[in-house]
Amino acid sequence: MIELDKVAMGYGDRGLFSDLSLSLPAGSFHFLTGPSGAGKTTLLRLCSMELAPSGGRITLLGDDVSRLSRDQVALMRQRIGVVHQDCRFIDHLSLAENVLLPVTVSGPLDPEDHKQRDQLLSWVGLADRAENRPPELSGGERQRAALARAIILSPDVILADEPTGNVDWDMSLRLLDLLIELNKQGKTVLCATHDLNLIRQAKSRVTARVLRLRNGTIDQAGAEL
Amino acid sequence: MKLPAFLAGDAMSNRVVPATGFTAALTVISAAAMAFLAVFTIALAQASSALAARWEAELAGTATVRITAPEEAVEAQTQAVLVALSQTPGIGSARRLDTDEQTRLLAPWFGSDLPLETLRLPVLIEVSEAGEGPDINGLKQRLAAEAPGAVYDTHGRWRAPLIEAASRLRQLGILSLVLIASVTGAIIALAASAALAANAQIVDVLRLVGARDGWITRAFVRRFTLRAFFGALAGTVVAMVFVALIPGGVEAGVLSGLGFRGAEWLWPLVVPVAAGIIAWGATYLAAIRRLRQSA
Ligand SMILES: Nc1ncnc2c1ncn2[C@@H]1O[C@H](COP(=O)(O)OP(=O)(O)OP(=O)(O)O)[C@@H](O)[C@H]1O
Ligand SMILES: [Mg+2]
Repeated sequence: MIELDKVAMGYGDRGLFSDLSLSLPAGSFHFLTGPSGAGKTTLLRLCSMELAPSGGRITLLGDDVSRLSRDQVALMRQRIGVVHQDCRFIDHLSLAENVLLPVTVSGPLDPEDHKQRDQLLSWVGLADRAENRPPELSGGERQRAALARAIILSPDVILADEPTGNVDWDMSLRLLDLLIELNKQGKTVLCATHDLNLIRQAKSRVTARVLRLRNGTIDQAGAEL
Repeated sequence: MKLPAFLAGDAMSNRVVPATGFTAALTVISAAAMAFLAVFTIALAQASSALAARWEAELAGTATVRITAPEEAVEAQTQAVLVALSQTPGIGSARRLDTDEQTRLLAPWFGSDLPLETLRLPVLIEVSEAGEGPDINGLKQRLAAEAPGAVYDTHGRWRAPLIEAASRLRQLGILSLVLIASVTGAIIALAASAALAANAQIVDVLRLVGARDGWITRAFVRRFTLRAFFGALAGTVVAMVFVALIPGGVEAGVLSGLGFRGAEWLWPLVVPVAAGIIAWGATYLAAIRRLRQSA
């Protein structure tokens, strides 16, 4: 589903990793953890094709991403839901419009889409904030909205970068429930987080693996958590 | 995508790109100003074409024979010329101008109370050519032999430079239109680039949620096309009012031609459509260039 083969990446002449290989099978649930600055966000942005690796090969849903045209990249992104660490909204649109954006850009809207959006918004506890603009929301509210936007097209893969970074424990558990529920529907989940409690909580409910990114390498840290 | 659907757009793609900003004003105002200039240029080109056509029509097919000879030979030569003309194929009619007519011709220069009897004026014969016209060289040779004081003048000598000038004027008009169109395109491309740069974050977010380049491009292109069209329409209407208000009149010569008659009034209406098409192309290229820089 997601495969990294000897991927190299860095910014400028500062290498972050030089030989990273990873394979996430379809329907799997992975946490990505590691110290701040290790490259978790970078790894997720490689998977969402926002960054191109300087070496190696990335395969998404069976396609070598370096061979995709710009339109194919767009179509691929409609099958991958991304929650960015900094959320990335369009600030002059309402939250409802932002959440619906992936549907808007992928084709004509139908009334079902609005229903779906309203359901998702109440799921993440934002039904009464739908008409607010993103800058008017708290950090946690924005992250919940970003998760709603990431899954509105019912993508095959969900990449979430610290989706619970700014929310309280109860809301963290609710968002985790949502991710687990989506995973049970067969979606592949990759979730970067610092929150070891969240990982422990998840492990009792889903077969999740933990990838630890450190010094440019990944080790499977499942056992000791 | 069909043109009506493109022009109507959809509510959301309109909302995604914020409407305000100096680029909107820049596009509308420059399209209006350029359309204003374009209409005048078209009027000028139109006038010079009309003028060239009028000179061509008035002067083509006519000629003058002028006979200057010693007093005792004038009458004989005049008769010889008239006979020669009547025998030449391609000559429709030949008519000797009488003294009154000559007086009228000279009046603008010498006043109407000129004592013509005291002057010895050349005899003038007004010739109108028929069909393809006469074999001018053959005719000139015959006249030289039979009436050495006669000169056959086709008016070509002074007609040619006038027509040449009129057609130069028209070429200049067309060149000006091309320049106006290019400058308009460049300004709108710059405005569109600025708008795209100012909205770079929006473009990036759209790409991240899976928008294709075509979708993003359309949102911008549609805006700029409509702005340029309505700006140019306003400029065109104002220019047409000004052209309509130019005082006309036969005596005004070149100036009286500056304007549109009848169906010619449809010509300026091409300007807003052209502005829309230019804006479409310019914005499209600017958007494609900007999008290549986004992920
Ligand atoms: N656009 C960039 N230009 C230059 N350096 C960058 C850029 N983005 C990230 N970096 C650097 O690359 C390293 C990895 O960054 P990244 O954001 O991937 O870390 P992270 O693991 O997500 O950290 P955190 O847990 O704090 O979110 C950091 O040292 C960061 O400073
Ligand atoms: Mg990060």
